[in-house]
Order: sequence, then structure tokens, then C-alpha cells
Amino acid sequence: MLKVPYITNYLTEHFGDDAFVTLAGYEAKGGYQAARKALNDMAPDDIVNLVKDAGLQGRGGAGFSAGMKWSFMPKDTDKPKYLVCNADESEPGSFKDRILIERGSHQMLEGILIAAKATGAEKTFIYIRGEYAFPAKVLQGAIDEAYEKGYLGANCMGSGFSHDIVMARGAGAYICGEETGLLESLEGKKGQPRKKPPFPAQYGAFGMPTTVNNVETFSHVPHIVNRGSDWFRGIGTEKSPGTMIFGVSGHVVRPGLYELPLGTSLSEIVLEHAGGVPDGHKIKGVIPGGMSMPILPAGQLDVPMANEFLRERKTMLGTGGVMVMDETTCMVRAACVITYFFRDESCGQCTQCREGTGWLNKIVTRMERGAGTEDDIGILEDVAGKMEGQTICAFADAAAWPVQGLLRHFRDDFEEHVRHGKCPFPGSFEL
Amino acid sequence: MDEGRVGVVIGPETRAAIDAECQKYPQKRGGLLGALHLVQKEHGHISADIAREVAEIFDIRPIEVMEVVTFYNMYYFTPQGRHHVYVCTNLPCSLRGARSLVKQIEAHLGIQSGQTTADGRITLGHEECLGACAYAPMMRVGDDYHEDLDLERAITILDGLE
Repeated sequence: MLKVPYITNYLTEHFGDDAFVTLAGYEAKGGYQAARKALNDMAPDDIVNLVKDAGLQGRGGAGFSAGMKWSFMPKDTDKPKYLVCNADESEPGSFKDRILIERGSHQMLEGILIAAKATGAEKTFIYIRGEYAFPAKVLQGAIDEAYEKGYLGANCMGSGFSHDIVMARGAGAYICGEETGLLESLEGKKGQPRKKPPFPAQYGAFGMPTTVNNVETFSHVPHIVNRGSDWFRGIGTEKSPGTMIFGVSGHVVRPGLYELPLGTSLSEIVLEHAGGVPDGHKIKGVIPGGMSMPILPAGQLDVPMANEFLRERKTMLGTGGVMVMDETTCMVRAACVITYFFRDESCGQCTQCREGTGWLNKIVTRMERGAGTEDDIGILEDVAGKMEGQTICAFADAAAWPVQGLLRHFRDDFEEHVRHGKCPFPGSFEL
Repeated sequence: MDEGRVGVVIGPETRAAIDAECQKYPQKRGGLLGALHLVQKEHGHISADIAREVAEIFDIRPIEVMEVVTFYNMYYFTPQGRHHVYVCTNLPCSLRGARSLVKQIEAHLGIQSGQTTADGRITLGHEECLGACAYAPMMRVGDDYHEDLDLERAITILDGLE
């Protein structure tokens, strides 16, 4: 399948060009001009306000205003300030950050440099998941090139502003994508999330003021500096401007990456761009934003892909990982796969999460085997409800929501298992 | 915890690389994950002796090293096959036949997921999402991704591993 996006826009339009991976090739397409402008001609507050005005939402799953997050960094402090780039991409269904690093590392580094000037950060730690060995090699190569050219280190680009970037590799733990789990891991410990407050801007990496942003979030920044906030707001929706790189997978003709304006309808993405479902099958359900986000049934694909609309349907944009399931799919089997993942990845700190993820998985597994009862559906709802909003981090919510979504729209699949004493979908994907 | 110590196990090159890694962070402990990747590259897994040496390098207790080793999926504390083969079995991959593929690979290698072949060549496992969802089914052999697999391609790759 095609690795570079099938549909490109300002983030990915040059990703098919091998030269673009190099610093020289990136500059030939206008790269590092925005950083030069930010470092030499813009005050930190100017940059923060520009990004705030542009309305850039974080692209790592939570959708928080990037400019506002930057403004939380303390101005009057003699503590060293840090940025962290969250390259831990582990949300099932998401593979956009990978391509942004493999084919656009310099774009991301430029965004980081601009953010560094905006926040007064002296160093960035890029935390990349351990399994991304090849992207990490590419990224380190880009960092080395930038140092060689004098764009990083002391006196970047001759501006008087200094900034260092180092890369840290993870070692396989989904919870290290949670910002405080990441910080714990960066410090050489188990990646168990911290209570908030204090927030990273007050107590972050190694106890210092820190801002954590996603790979794609940083990647949008040079374009906002080059073309302005009005230009950015002209793409996407009023509340959700800009493009997003959607990753489509599952039962579609053309699984792959699609850079499209936020607000593009889910049906356009799945049926038009990704070619719909092959072999005459029909859509049963689509998870819109990575596996933590509640599923939508086939009848709700009209939804514009932006948080303000997805929230009305009790789901979220997340990381834009669109997973399509056709009518052969048994939703209880899907629940088995989903709940196993969360059970495995729970860090174990909070009782509701540690025990809840275990119970959700055990119950759906016995339902799939045909040993479930009527009461089990009620227990699933009860357990999921008790996990939400009760824990140190949002992992428990992320584990509860998919089950709630499946019961909301596909309760029948679960009830059929109870009625028949076995799985009534023999044609479904094998478990 | 000096009883049973064998002596210096971590080689000088690895030690130098660990020092370089630690320089990146304002606190030495930040280099621990990187150090564990390095010692595992040298030794294949992190034994109790290695954990004790790592603990000395970082001036922490051996249990603190083992906490980290056992928390993360990519560190091993028991001997492994020469090659790690992990098939992703998360949702997008399962939708495209990943679990059937795992069963076929198990049959071909004569082992179950989680086991190592008798000749020590391959340790087989299944793994969670590796960020290759559109190129499913797929597997990771050490650092290398092999995507858009069918059984024939997978077997060719596996049979080619020494």
C-alpha cells in the first residue's frame, strides 16, 4: 500500500520527494524560513498569540489549544524550561506521526524551534516509541544535519537564541503516550502517570517547567508562521481549523493516509477517498479517532470530522485513526481485541483501571465463547461507568469508552451471543 | 547484594555508549532506558548480573532496574531466540487476518506464540499496534517492519532468518 498520503496538503505535499528528507531539500522548498523569522524578528509573545489566534488544536488526541498551552509556561523563572515532543504514537489505528517523522522530520524540528522561542525553552526531548527504529534513525539524521548547519545548539541561525534537541527512545508501553507517563519514562522510571495538578508547565520533565506537544501539532507551526492565522483559519471549520492527517484502516479498498481539512465528513473519507468497502460488503461500523474513541454505526457517517460535531455523537476526533468494519464483523470479537489491549497496557496504579480493564476483558471474552448471561451486559455498563473520571489519568476513560460505544450501537450483537450460546457471526475475522 | 556476582559483564564499548546517552539528560537516571537498550543489544537479554551492574552505574538499587525491565515490553529478562518476530494482532490488523496469520506461522515454526524454536533461531510473539495499520497484516523482526504480508511472504522472510 502507498506509504505517502493518497491526498496531500501543506503538511505532506512534498513527502513523495526523497530530497525533502534532507535539510537542503527541505530548504529548497522554503523550509526553515519561518524559524528564521521567529528567531530573529518575533518576540515570544507574538508567536504565542499568533498560534493562539490561528486556533491550532493539539493533534495528539486531546485537541487542546496549542497556543494556550504554550502560554502556561512561566515567564519569570530561573529554572530551565523544556519542550517535549510526544512521538510515542501507539494509539491503535494511528500511523500519521510515523510518516511525519519518516518524510518530514525537518518540518517538525522547525516547528519545535519556533515553539522553543515562543516559550523560552532551552532544550527539547523528542520521546519516540521504541518500536519506531527506522523513523528514529531518520530523525536523528535530521537532528545531526540541523546541528551541523548551526540551526540547533548555541546561537541558532545567528539569532542569539540557543536551543538543543535530543532524542529519547521508549521501550514499548502505550501509557508512555500519556504526557505525565511520558515524563516519568523520560526520567528513567516506569511510565506511571502523575496526578495533575501540578501540570507540566509547573512541574514537568526533571521537575522543570515543560510543555508537551504532539509530532503533528509541531508540524503545523511553520506554516502558520509563514502564512498567518487568517490563512490557517480559512481551512477546516470555525472551531477546528487546519488539516489533519487521517489514517484509514480495516475493511476498505484503499487503506492509507489522507491529509484533509478538519470537518471533512467521515463518509467522504471512507467511501470516496478510501474507496469504500471491497467485495460488495457493507459498512457495519467505523471507529473515527483511534481505538479509544467510541464507534459510530453506518448510519452516522455524515458526521464532519471535527471535535465540535463528533462530541454531539458521543465520540471524538482523537488521533484521526479511522477503522472501518464491515457487516461480517462480530462486535463482541472486536470488544475482545479492544479490551485485551487495555487490560495489557494498564499501568496498574488505579484500582478502577487495573481491575476494571481486567473485568471488561474477562466478561466479553466469556460472552464471545457463548458462556455469557443477560446480567453480563449490565455488568459491562456498570464497570465501564465506574472507570470513567475516577483515575489519575484518562487511560481508564479511554478503556471504558469503546465498550460503552459498542453497547450503545451494537447491543444486539452482545444479546445474540447470549441468546444463541455462541457467536452468531461465523464469517467474522478470526480471533 | 554482592553474593553470586560474576564480575564485569557489560563491555567497555557499551559502557562508553551508556555514558554518552546519559549526557543528554540533566539527571543521569534519564539515560536508564537507553542504557537498557544498549546492554540488551550486547547480551540479548537483561540478566540479574547485568541488572546489578546497571544499578551500580546509575547508583540505584537493582530492584529499581528490574522494575523498569519488567514494565516495558521491549526488555527481556530471560534468554531469547536470535530473532524476535512479532505479529501485530491489534484491531486494524485483526480485521485483515492477522490472527489467522499468527496461527499459520505457529504451525510452520512448530511453536506457540511466546515460545522459541528449538534451534534458538526465532522467538515468536504477538504485539500491540505498531503504527502500520494500513499495511496489515504485518510483523516486526527486531528493528525491521515487514508489511502488507501474506502467508507466502511471511514464510519466505522467516525461513531466511539465520
